[in-house]
Amino acid sequence: MNLLRTAVLLAKKDLYSELKTKQILVTQIIFAALVIVVFSFAFDPANNTTKAVIPGVIWVIIVFAGILGLNRSFISEQRNDTMQGLLAAPMEAASIYLGKFLANFMMILVVEIISIPFLFLLFDFKFLGSLPYFLIVIFLGSFGFVAIGTFLAALAANSKSSEMLLPLLLFPITTPILIGVVQATRIILTNMEKLASALAWIQLITAYDVIFFVVCFLLIDYVLEV
Amino acid sequence: MIEIKKLTKQADNKLILRGIDLSILKGETVAILGPNGAGKSTLLKVLASLIKPTAGSVKINGLELKKNQLEIKRMLGYLPHSSLLYDHYSPLENLVFFGNIYGATEVEQRAVRLVKEVGLSFFLNEPVKNFSRGMIQRIAIARAIIHEPEVLLLDEPHTGLDQGAISILNNVILSMKGKKTTTLMVTHDFKQAAEICDRIIIMKNGRIADDFYIENQNIGFVSKKYQLQVEGAS
Repeated sequence: MNLLRTAVLLAKKDLYSELKTKQILVTQIIFAALVIVVFSFAFDPANNTTKAVIPGVIWVIIVFAGILGLNRSFISEQRNDTMQGLLAAPMEAASIYLGKFLANFMMILVVEIISIPFLFLLFDFKFLGSLPYFLIVIFLGSFGFVAIGTFLAALAANSKSSEMLLPLLLFPITTPILIGVVQATRIILTNMEKLASALAWIQLITAYDVIFFVVCFLLIDYVLEV
Repeated sequence: MIEIKKLTKQADNKLILRGIDLSILKGETVAILGPNGAGKSTLLKVLASLIKPTAGSVKINGLELKKNQLEIKRMLGYLPHSSLLYDHYSPLENLVFFGNIYGATEVEQRAVRLVKEVGLSFFLNEPVKNFSRGMIQRIAIARAIIHEPEVLLLDEPHTGLDQGAISILNNVILSMKGKKTTTLMVTHDFKQAAEICDRIIIMKNGRIADDFYIENQNIGFVSKKYQLQVEGAS
């Protein structure tokens, strides 16, 4: 119970900080908007083949905007050694991980809620697929990416070049998730006849999410050790 | 209250703590003196569960540190060199956040009272980033005691403070002493050590070189003992 309580307190603290400083979320949203605008110039929305690009664009936004947030989540605790304050407090390392994960996940969800409808609007995309399945894929993909990303952000935070190190560590490990979500999103948005194939990808992503979330949860104690 | 036996800490083939044996009673205010690199801050970090010891045992209030970290952390108030405060948060927000993490009750009222006690009630809702070093240190000590800890670990708390802030800090430490709080204070300031502490521990090369009680705030006695142990003068 204490684990969840302190994790929620930490997540609330991070989200309230973000509300005050608007450092991460604004950067993420600006980045997402830029990607959408640039892609809308590069591909003609009137052309039908353009629709095939949309699944990729969605995940480019989530992955790169996500990294912007992940990079900051543990580095922000280095100022005034506030991480030491958290470690000296009666909360487990897993609780810190869970709190940071919740805050990062909430922020990326906000970015998705704003950017994906904007993307559909700008590309004049008529949604003919299954909305529940689409939301499940977005949720599972973001969950896995942020779960692994939060763990690796904690690992990279102690390095001087953490902003370079995080993507280097993150992309190889999240490749199966990224392949799965892009494929599943493509099928759900453009080719619902192959739903069975999308479901297989969803199962793979779910298994990957569960395994890595548990592994990160168990290993964070060693990563956060002073 | 605190029982340390054969405590050793090794980092990169260097022994930082070399078999520390120490027993501190409840309510004692103890100053830890020693030259740089003597292992004073490391000892505090081990007690605060920030560093795992290489060997030896630490018991606080009868609880083994290795097995009861959460219970022990709840009893501790830790103030290191850094403030551990969130810059963009106000003193009230910082204290309420840490008070809640420690599971303290009536946090908001207590936070307001503590900010008033450290003389910053006028700045209750100002972001900490606008504060001077002395003001930050005063809020930092309030943060360390927001949950009414039984043991207070202070790492050079007087550094960079003006006379007013020093006297506020000393009053806070003495009022905690009145509530039977055990205080361990790493310091280089003999005057403050002699003024507020009952007992002095001198550390050198990871070992306890001397351990004695002082009476009548005798700073001369502390200086003499320190010179004898650390500088080798008689």
